[in-house]
Amino acid sequence: MDSHTLAAQTAETPHLELGHPPFLRHHFENVAQQREAATFGMWLFLLTEIMFFGGLFCAYLIFRNWYYPAFVAGSHSLHIWAGTLNTTLLIISSFTMAMAVHAAETRNRKPLLRWMILTIILGCGFLCVKAYEWHDEWVEHHVPGLNFSPVGFEHGTKAYPDDKLAPDMAEKTQVYFSLYFAMTGMHALHMIIGISLLIFLLIRARGGAYTAGHIAPIENFGLYWHFVDIVWIFLFPLLYLISRHQ
Amino acid sequence: MSTIVSLPDQSTARLPKVSYLNKEYGLKSWLLTGDHKRIAMLYLISITFFFFIGGAMAALIRMELLTPPSDLLAADTYNKVFTAHGLIMVFFFLVPSVPATIGNFLIPIMVGAKDLAFPKINLLSWYLYIAAGTLMICVLTFGGVDTGWTFTTPLSTHYLNTNVVSAGLAVFIAGFSSIFTGLNFIVTIHRMRAPGMTWFRLPLFVWSHYAASILMVLGTPVLAITLVLVVLERTIGIGVFDPTKGGDPLLFQHLFWFYSHPAVYIMILPGMGVISEVISTFSRKRVFGYTAVAFSSVAIAVFGFFVWAHHMFIMGISNYSALVFSLLTMLVAVPSAIKIFNWSATLYKGSITFETPMLYAFGFLGLFTIGGLTGVFLGTLGMDIHLTETYFIVAHFHFVMVGGMLMAFLAGVHFWWPKMTGRMYPESVSKLAAVITFVGFVLTFFPQFVLGYLGMPRRYAAYPPEFQVLNVFSSAGATVLGVGYLLPMLYLTWSLKYGKIAGPNPWQATGLEWQIQSPPLTENFEETPIVTHEAYDYEWLESRKGSEVPTVG
Amino acid sequence: MAPSHSSDAPHHQHLHIEPSEPTHHEEHIVSPKVYMVIGACLLVLTASTTAISYVDLGSFNAVVALAIACIKMSLVVLFFMHIKYSSRLTMLTVAAGFFTFLVLITMTMTDYISRAWGRW
Repeated sequence: MDSHTLAAQTAETPHLELGHPPFLRHHFENVAQQREAATFGMWLFLLTEIMFFGGLFCAYLIFRNWYYPAFVAGSHSLHIWAGTLNTTLLIISSFTMAMAVHAAETRNRKPLLRWMILTIILGCGFLCVKAYEWHDEWVEHHVPGLNFSPVGFEHGTKAYPDDKLAPDMAEKTQVYFSLYFAMTGMHALHMIIGISLLIFLLIRARGGAYTAGHIAPIENFGLYWHFVDIVWIFLFPLLYLISRHQ
Repeated sequence: MSTIVSLPDQSTARLPKVSYLNKEYGLKSWLLTGDHKRIAMLYLISITFFFFIGGAMAALIRMELLTPPSDLLAADTYNKVFTAHGLIMVFFFLVPSVPATIGNFLIPIMVGAKDLAFPKINLLSWYLYIAAGTLMICVLTFGGVDTGWTFTTPLSTHYLNTNVVSAGLAVFIAGFSSIFTGLNFIVTIHRMRAPGMTWFRLPLFVWSHYAASILMVLGTPVLAITLVLVVLERTIGIGVFDPTKGGDPLLFQHLFWFYSHPAVYIMILPGMGVISEVISTFSRKRVFGYTAVAFSSVAIAVFGFFVWAHHMFIMGISNYSALVFSLLTMLVAVPSAIKIFNWSATLYKGSITFETPMLYAFGFLGLFTIGGLTGVFLGTLGMDIHLTETYFIVAHFHFVMVGGMLMAFLAGVHFWWPKMTGRMYPESVSKLAAVITFVGFVLTFFPQFVLGYLGMPRRYAAYPPEFQVLNVFSSAGATVLGVGYLLPMLYLTWSLKYGKIAGPNPWQATGLEWQIQSPPLTENFEETPIVTHEAYDYEWLESRKGSEVPTVG
Repeated sequence: MAPSHSSDAPHHQHLHIEPSEPTHHEEHIVSPKVYMVIGACLLVLTASTTAISYVDLGSFNAVVALAIACIKMSLVVLFFMHIKYSSRLTMLTVAAGFFTFLVLITMTMTDYISRAWGRW
């Protein structure tokens, strides 16, 4: 055989139309290659998300070292029950999403729809609790730039009467709340995008689009959803659990 | 070991009946295409458009600087003009220049695939680019923005009444376009290679794009979040960068340069890939030290993330940190030097011919070396204090970006023009253009090194009269440079209709892209190729020619 | 049970697509039991991190909170996101993300930590 010829030998393996499902795009050799490419692409996208939130976490680390007392006081002003509840909701939603992927893998349409709806409900529940918290912070004048007032932090709160900050440190709680709103805001934005995508996928899943072997969209959306969960897993201790014992 | 392959007789070459250009007709078939080659052409047209807008801004800057007082432009207009020049050239020309056009066209062909892994995302990336570009044009039309391309806080958040938010949004969107391009390349290179195409058989063009894509994927999101914080600070007034609220403006610079320094490598690495291909082809030799060149691309990408604070030596970072960053900056010079040395060694005893792409490549070698070495000067702490924020900086990065990247871009466009269009460009005019570009470039930017060394600060519309002579030189050079850039646009457009028909492999190059018809089929290959030879194997090419195996339909 | 899609493809073509980098990994379907156990672990860890934050451990409070968060993250990444069953390339991708994030943090901190040291 002439080893120098190029592009001549593959002709013996004809493109069997048998193994050519409709969702296989023309430029892939086979379904496995397409699926691996999609998964790898999704992971690369999550890589960009790590760095996106990474910038915020970096800022958080620096300012927490600078203004520790202000961060403690700011953290104490949050509702720990809301944070814990939201963490729980998100973890359960991650579980339901994992089950949805499983249902797609085993080609069960009904359970797939059920788990997806559950995930949507849990995600909305998270956003509702978050909205309640934000409203509360607005009422307390804790929103930097819009209605911030550090006065409350100079006198201590009912739950933490010892949280009395000097006026200049009380001023620095603004940095804590700036980061709090930036981080939870970006996270909530990701949740909203996620829920919208999930609704879109749900509509398509009703027709059985993802229970005939083409599970990549569900699988990759699952990766996204779990990633958003992981971000919250870090936001929760960093924002809510600073020196609660004081 | 060099092999002389005579260039083929092109008089018998015919344009193929079917190619990606004429498979479908009509605007819709272009705007909704999934074909990476068509998207590359869309990109080529749009970045050329933005290049000439950015060039017009540069012309305004040089005209203003012809005379010492600020007479042609008022000082604040001047600020807007150089900001526009920077933003357009960095985000709308340099970052997408080679990857989104030549890279988009060639990466799938070079790895032996039918298309990029995600054609729709590729198209989306172009639409995002266009959306961002349109927004940027609107920003510039309706009042402009005058922060400089760096959006430095607190200037951008507190002291300016220009369109900072919308300009930031435009850059944010352009960033996503760049992320999607990089993501597509990485997946394609990992997952779509033809049988036999191992990592060390890939052309170095692919390696350098791989390295640049890693930077795009990992760096750009940090810029995105930084811009989000700037916008939040400007609109609702959060306090992450605002010192009056306890924030730290230096943090902005850390985050911004964490992207924007690697961005310099995003811009230059693909250009280095072009140079590897061109130099190998026109000296008829395998690139000397293939593995070293390949890994130096990756090394540049990795080191690129460790040096950003050299942009901040005089901004108030700690001396100890500056010391560390200065040392690390020296390290980046090593892989860049490896490339320069290996290209020079490739030329040694090669059968060199001086076609236009090669002339541009020689321009790259000289100018990039000067740009890179002055970068080492600037990385030295003591020198930096004297030279930073002067025209020395301006000259330095223009030597790298224009002398390096733009030369490489033009080298690539000329080199692959026959492949992209099926027709040759006119050789003698283009040689003239290459020489004009080189002369114009040196005349424009070399005086700026001297100006900077003498202490002329950047970003001012006016300057003391003793600097005028050198500034006149620089402006005169810019005129020559302008001619050098207009010429290719004119004769390349001309050649679309009247150029000689190129044939599949006018340069007798070895890459997979040269073994198929020009312009290629929509599917690139009739059958998936099987790769049995190393990159730049001219003896393989010769023996293949001897046995005459046509691969073109 | 497991619908192996790759078996539809003729002659396992993908095997010789990537000779240098075997991409063929078993399509592993994780059983719901695993998901339930992991979900339960995550909930327990959430409860314990909240509880522990009320115990005075000095500067170790932050360490413990972050350690628990890291464990939770690992569980989600390994099982919910299937990294435990993925190719080395995917693992490398995840690692690259964390590596770059650490570069961002440590190199920035070289400035912030040593700023207080003053000039030499």
